[in-house]
Amino acid sequence: MLTDLTLAQARDGLRGREFSALELTDAYLAAIEALNPRLNAYVLVTGEGARAQARVADAALARGAHGALTGIPLAIKDLFCTEGVRTTAGSRILESFLPPYESTVTANLLRDGAVFLGKANMDEFAMGSSNMTSAFGPVTSPWTRAGDNRALVPGGSSGGSAAAVSARIALGATATDTGGSIRQPASFCGIVGIKPTYGRCSRWGIVAFASSLDQAGPVARTVEDAAILLGSMAGFDAKDSTSADLKVPDFAAACRRGVKGLRIGVPKEYRSEGMPREIEALWQQGLQWLREQGAETVDVSLPHTKYGLATYYIVAPAEASSNLARYDGVRYGARTEGRDLAELYENTRAEGFGAEVRRRVLIGTYVLSAGYYDAYYLKAQKVRALILKDFTDVFAQVDALVTPTTPSAAFAQGEKMDDPITMYLNDVFTVPANMSGIPGLSVPAGLDAQGLPLGLQVLGKPFDEETVFAVSAALERAAGFTALPGIRAGG
Amino acid sequence: MAYIIQGSTGAWEVVVGLEVHAQVISQSKLFSGAATAFGASPNSQVSFVDAAFPGMLPVPNREAIAQAVRTGLGLNARINLVSRFDRKNYFYADLPQGYQISQFEHPIVGTGVVEIELADGSTKHIGITRLHLEQDAGKSLHDQHPTKSFIDLNRSGVALMEIVSEPDIRSPEEAGAYVKKLRSILRYLGTCDGNMEEGSLRADVNVSVRRAGEAYRTRCEVKNVNSVRFVMQAVEVEALRQIAVWESGGEVQQETRLFDPNRGETRSMRSKEDAHDYRYFPDPDLLPVVLEQGWVEQLRAALPELPDAKQARFMAEYGLSRYDSGVLVAEQATALFFEDVARGRDAKAAANWVTGDFFAALNRTGRTIENPPVSAAALGKLLDLMADSTINGKIAKEVFEAMVETGADPAAIVDARGLRQVTDTGAIDAAIDAVIAANPDKVAEYRAGKDKLFGFFVGNVMKAMAGKGNPALVNTALKARLG
Repeated sequence: MLTDLTLAQARDGLRGREFSALELTDAYLAAIEALNPRLNAYVLVTGEGARAQARVADAALARGAHGALTGIPLAIKDLFCTEGVRTTAGSRILESFLPPYESTVTANLLRDGAVFLGKANMDEFAMGSSNMTSAFGPVTSPWTRAGDNRALVPGGSSGGSAAAVSARIALGATATDTGGSIRQPASFCGIVGIKPTYGRCSRWGIVAFASSLDQAGPVARTVEDAAILLGSMAGFDAKDSTSADLKVPDFAAACRRGVKGLRIGVPKEYRSEGMPREIEALWQQGLQWLREQGAETVDVSLPHTKYGLATYYIVAPAEASSNLARYDGVRYGARTEGRDLAELYENTRAEGFGAEVRRRVLIGTYVLSAGYYDAYYLKAQKVRALILKDFTDVFAQVDALVTPTTPSAAFAQGEKMDDPITMYLNDVFTVPANMSGIPGLSVPAGLDAQGLPLGLQVLGKPFDEETVFAVSAALERAAGFTALPGIRAGG
Repeated sequence: MAYIIQGSTGAWEVVVGLEVHAQVISQSKLFSGAATAFGASPNSQVSFVDAAFPGMLPVPNREAIAQAVRTGLGLNARINLVSRFDRKNYFYADLPQGYQISQFEHPIVGTGVVEIELADGSTKHIGITRLHLEQDAGKSLHDQHPTKSFIDLNRSGVALMEIVSEPDIRSPEEAGAYVKKLRSILRYLGTCDGNMEEGSLRADVNVSVRRAGEAYRTRCEVKNVNSVRFVMQAVEVEALRQIAVWESGGEVQQETRLFDPNRGETRSMRSKEDAHDYRYFPDPDLLPVVLEQGWVEQLRAALPELPDAKQARFMAEYGLSRYDSGVLVAEQATALFFEDVARGRDAKAAANWVTGDFFAALNRTGRTIENPPVSAAALGKLLDLMADSTINGKIAKEVFEAMVETGADPAAIVDARGLRQVTDTGAIDAAIDAVIAANPDKVAEYRAGKDKLFGFFVGNVMKAMAGKGNPALVNTALKARLG
C-alpha cells in the first residue's frame, strides 16, 4: 500500500515515477476519509487543495524539477498559519480565522513541493499533554492496550499530527513543542518527533504560546523521515528576531553517521518516582544498543532537573498570558458583545477560551503581577539559567544524552483529568530541553506490557541536531520497532 | 530669580519633571515595515504585526535604534550598549497586542543633561534621567458614531522616544524653555520633527509643590500636554491647585490628571488605586539590543553642530551677542540662513537684518524659513549694495520691502527705481545750498552753538535728495558748509 511507504521511500518512488503524486495524495485522502471520523486527527481536510498541489508536483516531477518534498502529503498542525486556510489553534476564539499569510515553516515546505492534506487537531493553543483541551474534540490514539478497547490519548499538544502519522493518514506532519508537545505524542504514538534547537525553525506565522520556548519540528515514521522534513522546515528567517542565522546541515546524512566513539550521557535525575520498571529497562536496553554500536555511556548529573517542571509552569503561562492578550474580539476571531469595552473583553475571552487556557492565563497574570514578579517569574528565570548551565556543563563531557521521553505510556481519555498537576507531570522529562533551548528527539524503542509504544529521548548540544539524528538512528536500527497501531490505513 | 508662589500660608516652590514623548523620524515603524507618514487615511499604514495578527513577530528597526542613540548623544547622555525591550501589558481597544513594547528596566540611553537659557540671560542645567524606545498605540475615535468607537491603527507601532527629565525644573518658564530646547535639539538631530500640533512631540508634566528646603511632596502627572504654552500653563495651574489643597489642610493625592486648555485647569483622570498593574517582563520575541561602541562613535562623528555649540561659535566667530546668537540658532534652518547671508560680509549687519526686517517679513507673509519671501542670497546681495555704498541703509529697507513684494533682485530694484545713492558732490552741494538758503534762522542758531540742529540739516538735505544721498558725503559737506 502506498500509505505504508516511509517518506524516503515515497520520495524515491515519486522520482522514479512508480506512482504519481496524485495517486499518493488520493491514497491518503481516502485513508483520512475512512479513519478520521474515528480519530479526529484532522480538524480540516483540504482535499481539493491537496489534489491541486499534487498535480503541480506531478508536473514538476515530469520535468525532473523536483524539490526535497515534491509530492509528499503532510498534515499541518493547526497552530501554523496557512494562507486562506482556516487556522484555529484548537480554539473557539479562532474558529473562523483565515490567515492572510503563510507561516515561514509551511512556506518552506511548500517551496520544497510538499502537499498539505489538512490541518491537524491539537490541544487549545498548544496547552495540554493529551489533546483533550481542543475546542474541536479530543483526538483518539490509533493505539489501544492489549485486550482493552478504551480510547487512549495520543498525547499533546501535537496529538493530531502524531495520531495522523501513526495511523498512516499522513506521511509526516508539522508539530510544535513548548514543553514536550512534539516528543510526548511521538512517544505515545510510536513515531519519531524532534524539537530542534530554539531558533532553528522560524516562529513567524505560528500562533504563539510561550515565545521563549515554542519551537517547530516534524513528526514522522522514521528518524530519516524526520531529518528530511526538518531540513525543509528549518532555516534563518529575518522576520523572527530569535531565528538563528545558521546554515541548515544535511540532517539526513547525519542519520548514517553511526555512534562509534560518541560519549552518551545518562542523567541520573531522569528516574522519576513511580516510573514503570519497563521504562527503566527500555532505557538500559537503549544504552546497551548504543554501546554495542561503539558508543561509550557515561553517568552524568543535571542537578536542577527537579525544578524544571515548576519553573516551566511559571515561565510558559507568564508568556502565554501576554501572548494571548491579542485575542480580544476587536480585530479578528470570535467576538461576544458586551455593554462596554471591558465587558466585550470578558465575554469574548470567557466564551472563546477553554478551561485550561483560562487557567494558564490566570496563572501567568498572577506570576507577573506587581509584588509577585520577583518571587515567581524572576526566580524562574534564574533557575532556567541554572538548568541551561547544567546542560552546558554536561555537554563539555558528553556528545548527547539519552533518557526516557515520558514517565509513562499513553493513558486513556479522561484519565489524569482530575488534577492539572498530574497532567503536567507528563512533561517532566521533556521540559528541560525547552527551558534550555537544546534539541531533543523521541524515537520509538519498544512496547510496554500492554502493547503501547515507549520512546527514548535523545538530547543534544545547541544546534547539533546532527549528533541527535545519528544517535537516534542508531537506536532505531537496534530497536527494530515494527509494531503498528490497531487503527491504521490498510489495517 | 527664583519662581515663588505666595500662598495664604507662605511661599511655595514648584518642582517639575517632564516626560516627553517624541515620535522618531523613520520611514517605518519600530517593529514593522509599515509607513509612518502623518495624515494618511485611517488604517492605511498597518501591517499584520501592527494589528497583532496571530503568529506575527516584531523585528527591531535599526534606523529607529540609531535615532535613539543620536538623540542620546545630542543630550550628552550615556549610551547603554546593552538594552532590552519589555512588554507593558494592558488592555485597550487601540492596543492590538494587549501590550506595548517598551524599555522598562534597561533603557537604551541613560543620564544626560540639557542646558536651558532664561529670559534674564541666566542658564540652567536640567538633568535627563533616561531615554527609552517604545511603540505608540493606535487612536480611538469616539466622535464618529453615536454608540461605537472607531479605531485607527496607523500610529500603532510607530517608534517613540520617551525622554524623562530629573525633577530639576522650578518654574513655568523653565518648563517652557526646557521643552523648546529639547525640541530644538531633536530637530537639529533630525530624530523628531517636534511638531506638537500633529502630536509628534507631547509632554507628561509631573508637578509637586513644597516649602523651601523641604523634601519632595506628592506629585501629580498631567498627561499629554501638546504645546509649550500649555506646558507652562499646566505647571502654573496645577501648582496653584496643589497649594490650595495643602493650604486648606488637605493632602495632594498621587494621580494622573488631564489639562483642559479651554478652562485653564487640570482634572483628575485616574487615581493611584486605579493605576494599571502593567506586569512588565522582557519581551521573549526580541533579543537584547547590543550596540557596538564603534557604531556609536560613527553616529557621534556624523552628528550635526548642535544649538549650544553653534551659539558659542556665533558669539566667538561673528561677535554676536548671546541673545542674538540664541535667536539665530533656535532653528537650524535659521542658523543656516544667517550663515549664508553673513558669509564674507559684516556678520553683525547680517544678524540685524535677519532678526529684524527678515523675521518681520516672515511673520507678515506667514511664510517659513524653508520657503522664505527673500532668499539668503538675495538678502546678501542687498547687504553688498549697502557695503559698496550703492545704497544707504534707509533706501535698503525700501528695497527689501520691494524684494518681499516682487521677489526681484535688489540691484534690479535699485536700478529700476533710480534708488542708487548719490555720491556726486555737486548734487550734494546744490541740495545743501538750497536747505541753507531756506532756513537762515536755523543756520544762525546752529552757528550760535545749537549743535543738535545738525540732524535737522541732514534730514532736510536727504529729503531734498529723495533719500538717495550718501550719508557720509552729506555729513562731511554739511559740516564744511555750516562751519
